[in-house]
Amino acid sequence: MKCQYCEKPATFHITELTEPDGPQVMHLCEEHARGFLQKEAATPAASIAGALAKQLNLGQTKQELAELDQKECPVCGISFFEFRNTGRLGCPFDYTHFSEDLIPLLTNIHDSVEHCGKRPRRAAAADSHAELIQLRREMEEAVEREDYERASEIRDELHRIEEAGSTEQNASEEEE
Amino acid sequence: MIRDSDFDDLAHKSGEWLRGTGPESDIVISSRIRLARNLADFPFIRRCSDEDRISIERTIRAKMDSIDDWQDVRYIDLEQLSEIDRQFLVERQLISREIADAEGSRAVAIDPREQYSVMINEEDHLRIQVMHSGLDLKSAWQSIDELDDKLEGAILYAFHPQFGYLTACPTNVGTGLRVSVMLHLPALVITRQIDKVFRSMQRINVTVRGLYGEGSQYTGDFYQVSNQITLGHREQDLVALVGDDVVPRIIEYERKARDFLVKQGQQDLHDDVSRALGILSTAKKISSEETMHYLSKVRMGVNLGLIEDVPVGTINKLFIHTQPAHLQKLQGRLLGSSDRNVERATYLQCHLSGKLSDGELN
Repeated sequence: MKCQYCEKPATFHITELTEPDGPQVMHLCEEHARGFLQKEAATPAASIAGALAKQLNLGQTKQELAELDQKECPVCGISFFEFRNTGRLGCPFDYTHFSEDLIPLLTNIHDSVEHCGKRPRRAAAADSHAELIQLRREMEEAVEREDYERASEIRDELHRIEEAGSTEQNASEEEE
Repeated sequence: MIRDSDFDDLAHKSGEWLRGTGPESDIVISSRIRLARNLADFPFIRRCSDEDRISIERTIRAKMDSIDDWQDVRYIDLEQLSEIDRQFLVERQLISREIADAEGSRAVAIDPREQYSVMINEEDHLRIQVMHSGLDLKSAWQSIDELDDKLEGAILYAFHPQFGYLTACPTNVGTGLRVSVMLHLPALVITRQIDKVFRSMQRINVTVRGLYGEGSQYTGDFYQVSNQITLGHREQDLVALVGDDVVPRIIEYERKARDFLVKQGQQDLHDDVSRALGILSTAKKISSEETMHYLSKVRMGVNLGLIEDVPVGTINKLFIHTQPAHLQKLQGRLLGSSDRNVERATYLQCHLSGKLSDGELN
């Protein structure tokens, strides 16, 4: 059998599981196979697709995956399907909302699910990301309709959340 | 206080990282570390409205302004720049190709020595980068850690107690840290060992890419070695993986390959690098690819002592200054491809021919 792209014999037979029309088999010579695999490795979306394909092999049924694809973040509106296709998440809250679904993926990519490096001195609590994004949006809307009183209330609320985060962080540092 | 700036003056000088000094600088061009950070109260870039982007850019700029010792930091509005100016900053490694080609509000802040750059609204809200000459990752880490602390004092980052610094792409989550060492490996290329070396790297969580490489095309025998994973290890350990473990091994292989080439036929090698210098200093028109190819040989010749009187810093500078946008900035006008080839030859001649007559011919 010849390579799909040149006259050389096809020595690599690659089955691509992430094609939209179902699995696709490719027959390539060594040179084109290397080019294809390098291109795949170079884009983050592809490495996520690869990791997800592995996940699929590890027992997730097609139906389970289809259901997961429908799941949407209440803050930024991104669906898991969109994330899977682009390799990019929509907002910080996605890490909380899709937490369970991301864990197998992170294990595949990083071989770990636990950050053990630097921590910021100030950080908002993880579940407050949704609130922060929504409040800031509301504040901008309030400014737009010239409701400055409401805008200033929201600003205070944002400060309160930020401050709470920083005390929480400091308290946990002191405990250590 | 940071200031808005153009950067016509940059074209005539070169960044700190091109000096060609620092540990192992015969093989290691530069050590770069970048951190990906996001604001806690905005969606990631893909989900941002135009207003969000403007708002992020203004917020970060205002926060950076409040950092006391950021004197003389240039602030460049990338949305307002011409394509050629953006390309210039890409060639200089101060911004990424992604941010250059993106749309909407985006900016970069650069320190006068071109060691730091902070990109705003790249794939993440903030991409902080520090670049040092030679193999100097530990001090690069120290610099970027301090810079990150300063920014963190003013900006509330998106951080998760379990997953760490949150990034648009899960391949960067955790530390958000990418360590990249740029290596010049001509002898491993000539002796055809480069693929073998890099195949062995894939097993230990590092990736290799070419400099300005389009697809799998590596230009000028430059390779960039980076950590692949960002979660589950301390920053210092990722820095050590690349800087203490992987890169020294590649350096050793390259040195052995250079020794082998010298022993195998010093005259052939001397002839080859001298011809390369001859072409670069006398050609009347020359393409960018050809320039990279011959400059790579000359650089190895200089480092092996086969070419004298050409400082390695000059060669490093020529790699960057002969790129298309640099040539056009130096000339102060737009040039078509064939005009660029003529200008490039003139520029090379001007920087190398004096050296040739002083050093090689006498």
